[in-house]
Amino acid sequence: MTDFSVNGKKVSVDVDADTPLLWVLRDELKLTGTKYGCGVAQCGACTVHLNGQPRRSCVTPISSVQDGEVVTIEALSTAAGDAVKKAWVSLDVPQCGYCQSGQIMSAAALLNELPKPTDGDIDRAMAGNICRCATYVRIRAAIHEAAKDLKA
Amino acid sequence: MHILNRIARSSISRRDFLRVSGGLGVGLMVGFDVRAQGSGAASVMRAAGVETVDATGFVRIAPDSTVTVMIKHLEMGQGPYTGLATLVAEELDADWAQMRAEGAPANNDLYKNLAFGIQGTGGSTAVANSYEQMRKAGATARAMLVAAAAESWKVPASQITVKQGVLRAPGHQASFGEFAEAAARQTPPKDVKLKNPKDFTLIGHKLPRLDASAKSSGRAMFTIDVQRPEALTVLVQHPPRFGGKVVSFDDSAAKQVRGFAGAKAIPQGVAVYANNFWAAKKAREALKVQWDESGTERRSTDELVSIYRSAAQAPDVTATNRGNVRRALARGGRVFEAEYVFPYLAHAPLEPMDCAIELKNGAVEAWYGCQFPGIDHKVIADTMGLPQDKVKVNVLFAGGSFGRRAQPTGDVAAEAASALKALGRDASIKLVWTREDDMRGGRYRPLVLHRVRGMLDQAGNISAWDHVVVGQSIIKGTPFEAMMADGLDPTTAEGVSDLPYAVPNLRVAARTMDVLVPILWWRSVGHTHTAYAKETFVDELLAAAGKDPVAGRLALLKDHPREAGVLRAVAKIAGWKGAKVGQGRARGVAVHKSFETYVAQIAEVSRGRDGLPKVERVWCAVDCGVAVNPDNVKSQMEGGIGFGLGAILYDEITLNEGRVVQANYNDYRMLRIGEMPRVDVAIVPSAEAPTGVGEPGVPPIGPAVANAWRALTGQSVRHLPFTRTLAV
Repeated sequence: MTDFSVNGKKVSVDVDADTPLLWVLRDELKLTGTKYGCGVAQCGACTVHLNGQPRRSCVTPISSVQDGEVVTIEALSTAAGDAVKKAWVSLDVPQCGYCQSGQIMSAAALLNELPKPTDGDIDRAMAGNICRCATYVRIRAAIHEAAKDLKA
Repeated sequence: MHILNRIARSSISRRDFLRVSGGLGVGLMVGFDVRAQGSGAASVMRAAGVETVDATGFVRIAPDSTVTVMIKHLEMGQGPYTGLATLVAEELDADWAQMRAEGAPANNDLYKNLAFGIQGTGGSTAVANSYEQMRKAGATARAMLVAAAAESWKVPASQITVKQGVLRAPGHQASFGEFAEAAARQTPPKDVKLKNPKDFTLIGHKLPRLDASAKSSGRAMFTIDVQRPEALTVLVQHPPRFGGKVVSFDDSAAKQVRGFAGAKAIPQGVAVYANNFWAAKKAREALKVQWDESGTERRSTDELVSIYRSAAQAPDVTATNRGNVRRALARGGRVFEAEYVFPYLAHAPLEPMDCAIELKNGAVEAWYGCQFPGIDHKVIADTMGLPQDKVKVNVLFAGGSFGRRAQPTGDVAAEAASALKALGRDASIKLVWTREDDMRGGRYRPLVLHRVRGMLDQAGNISAWDHVVVGQSIIKGTPFEAMMADGLDPTTAEGVSDLPYAVPNLRVAARTMDVLVPILWWRSVGHTHTAYAKETFVDELLAAAGKDPVAGRLALLKDHPREAGVLRAVAKIAGWKGAKVGQGRARGVAVHKSFETYVAQIAEVSRGRDGLPKVERVWCAVDCGVAVNPDNVKSQMEGGIGFGLGAILYDEITLNEGRVVQANYNDYRMLRIGEMPRVDVAIVPSAEAPTGVGEPGVPPIGPAVANAWRALTGQSVRHLPFTRTLAV
């Protein structure tokens, strides 16, 4: 059994120790906002916050999450998270939308650390998130807009 | 895929009205039956018995005044939910805030693509084929609301106005919802008058995407998210080489995996069933399969390229022949020759192939991001041995596609249905491909080789252009084979067979190769390679003649005002003053028509630290007729540029003795945010009927970057991707 919390609720799961957090979230807890894209931490679609830090849940064995605090896109509600989601909608960032949960989780984590990121900061923090539709122009603009919104 | 446009274009004129008065608060539904065989009466009868929201039709107005448009095209990012709803809302005079969109289920009769004759999305046709149809749906719903209000208020219909979702007459006012059910009882008008485009208040204006909120909160439902009671996850072990077949398998080790529920041989490989993804993956890894590889593809990429190179000397079909190329080339002048190699490319949508499907009491229901419902519906029914009316296909959002989910033979649907059928009982399954399955599963943009010769006469004019394209046919051996014209697959040479440049002697020829690697249309299809060869070759000829890339092209485009128009527009926004800009940067230009949309792009590049071009900025001008949603046109250009740029810089699928070498995003590399240039887009104003924007942003970026790179470094890149030629 692994005990941890997801979106503020305590959970206990009985799965093989090597099961990635991603599949526990999706298949056991039915939280499907976090996506599978590559399984090898190359695309970032599975990004969640673990103890406040962005993590690729597809390569995070559940055994390493014991007693941890996980936040997924479904419950992202920090000030930065809300600002990011709002900017995403106001700039119509998503196209197919499949990667955007992960993009938003990474962007929210960035703004938690750096409330006023430069383009270089954005390049570094978002380098692990692939958007196959290449919505990058708007992702960058939305992060800047969210930063402005947070400051206001 | 514009060759499909030839199918059933005539059916547009045969239009019957179809009204469905759904019970239980459904309110008004309006649809058009546009079947080629005008059996409108029968469809009215059949539809009239349907009482759920799944009834046929396009527009549903609920008592709460929400207007839901059934979207007959797959929403895979390119924006049809928003675009088609805009068309309805415009003629309905609805308020944008009350509009909703929902994916239409498989139903060829009602939801066919008028450009294809079957239900399906591709060839950048979604808005183009729906432009009049969806506006008429909106206008019809409006007329029925007005008729219901006139009856209730006892005023002539002519005194009723509709604005932003409110019906008004002197002394009266009502929302759509108040008349939704009464409107459903009205007889739909035989014909409706559409607005004069100058009166548009929504078409041509910036409207927010209807799916942005769901896609910015984790709420959007994709195939992989479908949760059905007792559903099993299925992974299929495919053969290591294309054409391989299962001889036998041993699942004794798989049985040790907790959650493993069984394995079955199916035509596509071995289906592994488990209670969840992770168990299915571990069980599949434990599976031992013996393959029959007797009929498999065993060649390597380099071998195929040299075979193609020889084949280019002997094309067997001519696409275009004007003047006399052979005689012109023999006449003497400066002859230029180039060979281009374009690799196999994977679509690699972020959501891999998947399909949820269920058998219950002799009926099948499927839920997935289906791009060709008109084909898949029948494939599932045939695989299951059921009539089509026992199969329902629900179309969900697709996490990208770029052509991958538009399969002429419905492969993934067939695999899911085969895995379901193999269980031999009522069951619910979700087929999921891993990223590696997706990367190695075939259906690539074909490997293509071009051999081009051109000649400049004494005056520096292009006097001859001889172009040979060698590759596999996308449509040969598929239900679309009828589109072959005299042995030529039009998608092989499209984009160069209709060369717009004024060249007196032109020959475009092709040779179709047989290789067992499954191929498919990949965002912009033949234009992915023809635009590159055409636009880099003309650039080199113009340079050799001492002509400016923009002015030189314009001189060759006198009879092509729309190509010339986007070229002038892009030169203007970029402040074009030639390819050399100094400070370690250079610019390149390209212009290309695809799917009846005209796009020109200018790329400014520098030398990147990795030895590849660093694309600093891109300017883009597009003429797509009426821009229904200008912001979506802009976002499709931005996305198309990023998509095309990643491919030409980094991507190739290669074969080693028939096995695909690449497996995941680490060795089939996607463009990342730091590599995305700033993009400026200008939309050329036009009153022409709208054409598509999903694909046409892709073709020009490759040659624009290559031309800029040559201007900067003197180096021509003719063997893609750039990483191969530049050996970085």
